[in-house]
Amino acid sequence: MWRWLHPYAKPEATYRLNKKLLPWFAWPGVVLLAVGLVWGLVFAPADYQQGDSYRIIFIHVPSAMWAMGFYVGMAVAALIAVVWQIRTAEWALMAIAPVGAVLTFISLFTGAIWGHPMWGTWWIWDARLTSQLILLFLYLGVMALYVAFEDQRTGAKAAGILAMVGVINIPIIHYSVYWWNTLHQGSTITQMVTRLEAPTMPAEMLWPLLVNLFGFLGVCAALVIMRLNNEILRREVRRPWAIAILKGGQ
Amino acid sequence: MAQSAALLEARQVTSVRGERTLFEDLNLAVHPGHLYQIEGPNGAGKSSLLRIIAGLLQPLSGDILYKGELRQHVRREFLQDLLFIGHKAAVKPELTALENLEFFAATQGQPCAEPPFELLAQLGLVGLEDVPAANLSAGQQRRIALARLWVSGAALWILDEPFTSLDVAGIALLHRRFDAHLQAGGAIILTSHQPLDWAGRSLVRLQLEYSW
Amino acid sequence: MARVSNTALLQQLIRRDLRVALRQRSEFLNPIIFLLVVITLFPLAVGPSADTLARIAPGVIWVSALLSAMLGLERMFRDDFRDGALEHMLLLPCPVELAVLGKVIVHWLLTALPLLLISPLLALLLSLPMQALPILIVTLLLGTPVLSAVGAIGVALTVSLNRGGALLSLLLLPLLIPLLIFATAALEAATYNLSAAGPLAMMAAFLVLALGLSPLAVKAALQVSVN
Repeated sequence: MWRWLHPYAKPEATYRLNKKLLPWFAWPGVVLLAVGLVWGLVFAPADYQQGDSYRIIFIHVPSAMWAMGFYVGMAVAALIAVVWQIRTAEWALMAIAPVGAVLTFISLFTGAIWGHPMWGTWWIWDARLTSQLILLFLYLGVMALYVAFEDQRTGAKAAGILAMVGVINIPIIHYSVYWWNTLHQGSTITQMVTRLEAPTMPAEMLWPLLVNLFGFLGVCAALVIMRLNNEILRREVRRPWAIAILKGGQ
Repeated sequence: MAQSAALLEARQVTSVRGERTLFEDLNLAVHPGHLYQIEGPNGAGKSSLLRIIAGLLQPLSGDILYKGELRQHVRREFLQDLLFIGHKAAVKPELTALENLEFFAATQGQPCAEPPFELLAQLGLVGLEDVPAANLSAGQQRRIALARLWVSGAALWILDEPFTSLDVAGIALLHRRFDAHLQAGGAIILTSHQPLDWAGRSLVRLQLEYSW
Repeated sequence: MARVSNTALLQQLIRRDLRVALRQRSEFLNPIIFLLVVITLFPLAVGPSADTLARIAPGVIWVSALLSAMLGLERMFRDDFRDGALEHMLLLPCPVELAVLGKVIVHWLLTALPLLLISPLLALLLSLPMQALPILIVTLLLGTPVLSAVGAIGVALTVSLNRGGALLSLLLLPLLIPLLIFATAALEAATYNLSAAGPLAMMAAFLVLALGLSPLAVKAALQVSVN
């Protein structure tokens, strides 16, 4: 692991690798997202129960999924940063956090919009929404801890430990909330939601959803890569290689 | 002296603080019977070096060896043989001099059978043994911390600015204690802004530069 | 030289910390008084009807317990960080995890024990049915060590910050949500004369998990904090 990682511990090497990787995420991401959104929002058939309002799942589901996925990614970066003391992993961790937090917020926001026609209220203590809300708090905690330290390295390490503690807790929180939810209300609402995401979902709906899933991943990964490269340049601004890049504009 | 006789060795230690390199590839061998004084301007990394040797701070690279073995592999033996007194002296302000001392002695593996009044007398703390440390002067608190030097059986002492807020008599007392420790085959690493008034030939000076 | 055993060191640490805490009595009693005051606020806010109070009692007791724990947590490492005792602790010739466990035990003795003692009073104030009182005590017995152990992670992360108070709650409360869910579920079951065994078993699992894993996280966090 260490041998494989070591070359990329150098900020310059990471920067150059990122530059190469960026187009492979950015362009497919943008194209897939555009295709998926138009397909899902315009061409996919309307749901026989919910009509057109179900279409928000084409944004809601990918953002909710990657919100969770990016948290795990953040924890992996944290593990690398804490165990192998690699600076670029610390920066990666902090590059991921805001993107994941925004994804979580999007999933909450779209969930509320979806809930309004379905349940007649903007917010309902549905297990999914509650669990996403707690995930948002976890992201906010990591970011708040990071900015609380004057020394950014210490901040990143502390935030990394918190992210790792959080990732162990996520499944526990998730299942606790589901259990709590079934305890306190009949699960009809949840069933109505899951029906759309179950494998019984018609293919005309499933395909645009899958396309959007990868579109979201591509675009968000590209955002993370760009954030990471900005951070690398910012930290290394006095080093010759960074000066050359900034002057050369490449 | 033979290489293998070193009590402690620092090998190619590099330390970075923030984005600044404090020192690079630093080597240091600590032999029994010697006192090592680390000198240098503020911010040169004196305290960092002491903390790295003690294991409170992780160096960017490099190894610390205790009796020829990696420190992290013999952590317990190393810590049992180490006495570290940092800037913050670990004296509990709520506890009296006596209680602080008894705790230190017990954690050092030398529990006091009876209250160490003789030691308190030597340190000029008699009559104050029942006063919470918070009510004592800075110099007196420092003396409580340094009392650990008398109750410890550790061979390696790491002292960060031990002379701070001590009076002339206190400094002389400390010098005598250092001498006895070195005679007994111990080693001392310390930082000090004051030039050390040390006639013995066992003094080794290590100069750290302020570097960018 | 004499070799100090792990248990002897643990004993010494616990004894010293208890002694220090008892010298500044107000500090560890304040959170429990805060808890009592908060509990008093609820009947005043929602009305003194016994039915309403009994219905919200499990939630009120546990939310108040969580909030008051946040107040008392800081002192677990804060003073030690300031006077250097934390560094001394990290350099003791015993596993750091063990010393951390000692800290958690002291914190539990100082905060949870008073809470357990006044728990019948809390049940009385909130008209909790009598048959639920044993379950309340069991949830507190199982849950408060989790609070201390998980709390230690948060304190260890924020100890080097000057103003860690609100941040500490932001970090810790989301992590403690499962505890809240199962503790209140157990209590609720008990008030309706149902079996509380399921939620209590979950809490016991949390206890094992927290005591097993949190010393590792606390150790890592302290090593970052003393930097």
